[in-house]
Amino acid sequence: MQPVLTFTETGIYCPAGGFYIDPWKPADRAVITHAHADHARIGSRHYLCTKDSVPLLQLRLGKDISVQGTGWGETVKIGGAEVSFHPAGHMIGSAQVKVTVGGQTWVASGDYKTENDGISGAFEPVRCHTFITESTFGLPIYRWRPQTAIFGDIEAWMRENEASGKQSILVAYSLGKAQRLLYNLAHTGKRFFVHGAIYNAHQVLLSAGWPLPPVELITPETPKSDLKGQLIIAPPSAADSAWMKRFSPYSLGVCSGWMQVRGNARRMNADAGFAISDHADWTGLLQSIRATHAEKVFVTHGFSSTLARYLEENNIPAEAVRTAFGGEEETTETTV
Amino acid sequence: MHQFSQLISDLSHSTKTNEKLELLSRYFSTADERDKAWMLALFSGRRPKRAVNSAQLRRWCQEAAGLPEWLFNECYHTVGDLAETIALLLPPPERGEAPRPLHYWIESLMLLEKAPEAEKQAFIRNAWEQLQPGERFVFNKLITGGFRIGVSQGAMVNAIAKAYGMEGAVVSHMISGNWDPQQTTLPQLLHNHHNNPDDSRPYPFFLAHALDGGPATLGEPAEWQAEWKWDGIRGQLIRRNGQVFLWSRGEELITDKFPEIAGLLDYLPDGTVIDGEILAWDEVLARPLPFQNLQTRIGRKNLTKKQLQESPVVLLAYDLMEWNGQDIRLLPLRDRRLQLEALADSVNQPALKISPLITYTDWDELATIRAQSRDNNSEGLMLKNAGSTYQVGRRRGDWWKWKVDPFTVDAVMVYAQKGHGRRSNLYTDYTFAVRNGDQLVPFAKAYSGLTDVEIGQVDAWVKKHAVEKFGPVRTVKPELVFEIAFEGIAASNRHKSGIALRFPRIHRWRHDKPVSEINTLDDLKQLLEQQS
Repeated sequence: MQPVLTFTETGIYCPAGGFYIDPWKPADRAVITHAHADHARIGSRHYLCTKDSVPLLQLRLGKDISVQGTGWGETVKIGGAEVSFHPAGHMIGSAQVKVTVGGQTWVASGDYKTENDGISGAFEPVRCHTFITESTFGLPIYRWRPQTAIFGDIEAWMRENEASGKQSILVAYSLGKAQRLLYNLAHTGKRFFVHGAIYNAHQVLLSAGWPLPPVELITPETPKSDLKGQLIIAPPSAADSAWMKRFSPYSLGVCSGWMQVRGNARRMNADAGFAISDHADWTGLLQSIRATHAEKVFVTHGFSSTLARYLEENNIPAEAVRTAFGGEEETTETTV
Repeated sequence: MHQFSQLISDLSHSTKTNEKLELLSRYFSTADERDKAWMLALFSGRRPKRAVNSAQLRRWCQEAAGLPEWLFNECYHTVGDLAETIALLLPPPERGEAPRPLHYWIESLMLLEKAPEAEKQAFIRNAWEQLQPGERFVFNKLITGGFRIGVSQGAMVNAIAKAYGMEGAVVSHMISGNWDPQQTTLPQLLHNHHNNPDDSRPYPFFLAHALDGGPATLGEPAEWQAEWKWDGIRGQLIRRNGQVFLWSRGEELITDKFPEIAGLLDYLPDGTVIDGEILAWDEVLARPLPFQNLQTRIGRKNLTKKQLQESPVVLLAYDLMEWNGQDIRLLPLRDRRLQLEALADSVNQPALKISPLITYTDWDELATIRAQSRDNNSEGLMLKNAGSTYQVGRRRGDWWKWKVDPFTVDAVMVYAQKGHGRRSNLYTDYTFAVRNGDQLVPFAKAYSGLTDVEIGQVDAWVKKHAVEKFGPVRTVKPELVFEIAFEGIAASNRHKSGIALRFPRIHRWRHDKPVSEINTLDDLKQLLEQQS
């Protein structure tokens, strides 16, 4: 029996349906889990994704792409395969892709997190024969605190900065993390000033009807007095740049799962590191994998060989696979 | 413990010197009196002896967290710090017991030193269960040492000076030497000096900055005194009240390791403090033996006759800090030097020599002399203003080191390993090889010399090009060429290449050089021959 999905040079391929999931080279048909750059790449002839992902794909890949959106859990027939999308909880529109061929079900997780952040959808475990999981934070040192506790820390940090006359700047990936922060900090009543990269994504999401608080684009004309006591959100690329220097004195808070380890926070010159991630932690990975009841697990990007070995030792047949979502022990700090 | 653990957390997040100073001085103004003395002890290398070893800590953590050893090790290699790894892996704490201060934990750990293993384990497991995550990290650090929070001795001194309204130099003097945080509080240490003088107390060393771009800007050559820059162990020899003490620059008491120097007790007058370099010395050639000889004397508890014969040490004196019981650091260098010369003459012992002055008339002549530094087994020159006082710490202006350029070779990276501290989870520790026929022979490891941006690039490259995995070590395609700089080279039968380098580091990344053009093992052997 032919496997439902295979790992090829171009990406994860479904022979029965003739499509790729998150291909890293141009393909005829691309099924996309979510709109981050390492999963949704330019150049394919036709894209299929969730309805919520469509405007984000158009933002990232261009208005003129050929893209079809589908509803959550809705089954789409592609050749001999049945395809459906299920919430992955990673960012707005993010999905796991379920593919069934001849009674065999495989699920490709894309990126996922198990805690419901309020805006990215609630992760839904999907029963399957074979599960393809990410492993960005596949080590037991990565165990997240609940986001309510972390947002409590962030708010305390903002109050402290205000008291000592410092500008609060949070660093967060522009698509995903930034919206999670805005949604969960909306109740503070602060004005949110954002970098251009975040502003563009925000406009697209607002017009798609997402319940996000208003933001203000920072321009060279934005008076410094307007920012006082308010919050600035900027992408990682802006950390310690000339763009940021003009807000001095400021306190830089980096929001990323990598902040779990002190050395990373020090390396980024962060004044505060908040270990808040849009990926599942160790506990979340293990729980999700068990919940699928999969007979076989393929472990992709992250600590793939470590997680695979641990699963094997715990009687879950597993194998590490190399993908272009990241080499072994990928530590890309862009989408975390 | 909470206040201390908060301090550590704040310090590690603070990137500005002034903020750190503020945090420290606030701690010294507000903390529990007994905690303050311990805090100072911990950050000035006076951590009590380890009651528990790291193998035990690892094992107990694996048990508590229910993890296999290999997975624990994977975590450790990613975090790069044992105390932090354990703090991250332990199950959530069980609250309940009242919080206890820092000195309780340290003193309890000290009591454990001679306890049976089961008792140690019970104590540690119980501590882990009741401490909060941030406190667990600090607690583990009390055992493993090395807080790595970027607080220098100088910053500590300034903070105490600020909190107690004292002068930095006085604080520095008061807190150095032998004292026991269990027996003294910080105010006692700072104020009771005159009633209870500590004979062993050293002065802080005066350290020089590197002279970039040559001495032309220093002014009149006649106002400067030049000496060789010796490559040994900087030491301070003290004789007071019929006792002798030898301190290293790391404020370690090393009197017992160098009996030749300790023997000067019988010849020096009371109230004498000398600054100098401890060197293994060749009496026949009247110059230092290679550094490797001195190395055979370091880290040995018991010295053999053979070691004493093959590598006899001397103190090559630079300066006189105390004379007749008077602190003379504020006298001009030329006057201290005269006094030092008179002293050495009257002592007249082979173990006490004076670092000779180099005679020169202008800077050009001195540059020519500097070029011969390696013939003297020296690293270059020291330039000291003849009118300078003996200052505290590393200061610009009066003392300069003018080192010779290092040796360099081009080599290819063959292995990479993840680093520690702020380099955790990044491949930053590299092994380099030179060519030998069609083989590559590893010959040096280097950890430093690249910028953060370059480290990021090499890290990404290693992750993509790792060929094999041996525990934490990755074998990489031999493709990246680097220029490796080092200060010395010696024969070694402990290394496969047959050579050992002194202070190897990365000089620059040779993007322009193909692997086919790197240096060969023969090049290194040739260099070795020239040196010996």
